Amino acid sequence: MDSQLATPIPAVRERRSARALAVSSLGPLTVLAGFAWAFAQPYRVTLLHPRGESFWWLAIEPPLLVVLAGLAFWLVVARPLVADLEERDAAAR
Amino acid sequence: MQPPAEMVHWLFATGFLLLGLVLLAEPIVGEEVWRMRRWRVYLWPGLAFALGVLMWPVMAFYTNSAIHMLAHGAWAESLMAAGAAELGLARGKLRHPAWRVLTFVGLLVSGLAFLVHEQNPWLFARSAFLHHLLGWTCVVASLIPLARVFRPRSAALQSAFALVFVALAVMLFTDRDVAPVFGHLSPVAGAPHR
Repeated sequence: MDSQLATPIPAVRERRSARALAVSSLGPLTVLAGFAWAFAQPYRVTLLHPRGESFWWLAIEPPLLVVLAGLAFWLVVARPLVADLEERDAAAR
Repeated sequence: MQPPAEMVHWLFATGFLLLGLVLLAEPIVGEEVWRMRRWRVYLWPGLAFALGVLMWPVMAFYTNSAIHMLAHGAWAESLMAAGAAELGLARGKLRHPAWRVLTFVGLLVSGLAFLVHEQNPWLFARSAFLHHLLGWTCVVASLIPLARVFRPRSAALQSAFALVFVALAVMLFTDRDVAPVFGHLSPVAGAPHR
């Protein structure tokens, strides 16, 4: 009979969860950086205060491009990658 | 209807940022997990190749001078060659690790193209400063893909390679057509806008 209630978690599993956390935080951190930039330099987001600018000045907003890159990475790359990582971890257990 | 040059820099910055994030994710999860889905293996070489293809319209439409055209053309070719070599290695059509030398050449040519087509000194304006900074960053950082030829599985080298693209993206995002740098702006640069 096993009287030990708390079973030790293998070090490998801990490292893998840290990896999943690291990968899944890359996208949100990039999105956050984009929003932080927009708050720090709101004049770079021309859409907030348009004054007769041409199409390109309204379409291309650098902080929003950072948010877009972060979102694209998060949804297209990071999510399936974390799913694969967890699947591999589960198979290894 | 052509976008200002600074916007082209920002659009390429977005591509480089995405490329950096993709490159950074691979050493974090390890090669085995990264290769669990086939499309992921082609992701960064494909992005590099696409950025090379997109340099051609830049070459065709932003012909400020002959040196601009030559620099952008050489840049497009070297980026496409680097992307194609990495695609070949990912697909297994190319096997010899020496093909990775093309990535070193791609980054080196990119750096030289930045330096060659910037004719103004460092503190002329922000764009001049950034072109010098971007150029020297690419030239020095090209040693990283060269080292990867000999140590292709090094996570440290791949992470450093990824961070180079993130740094390049940050520099490209700070680019403006006419803006001061450290309080310096040449009177012949023109009037800064917004």
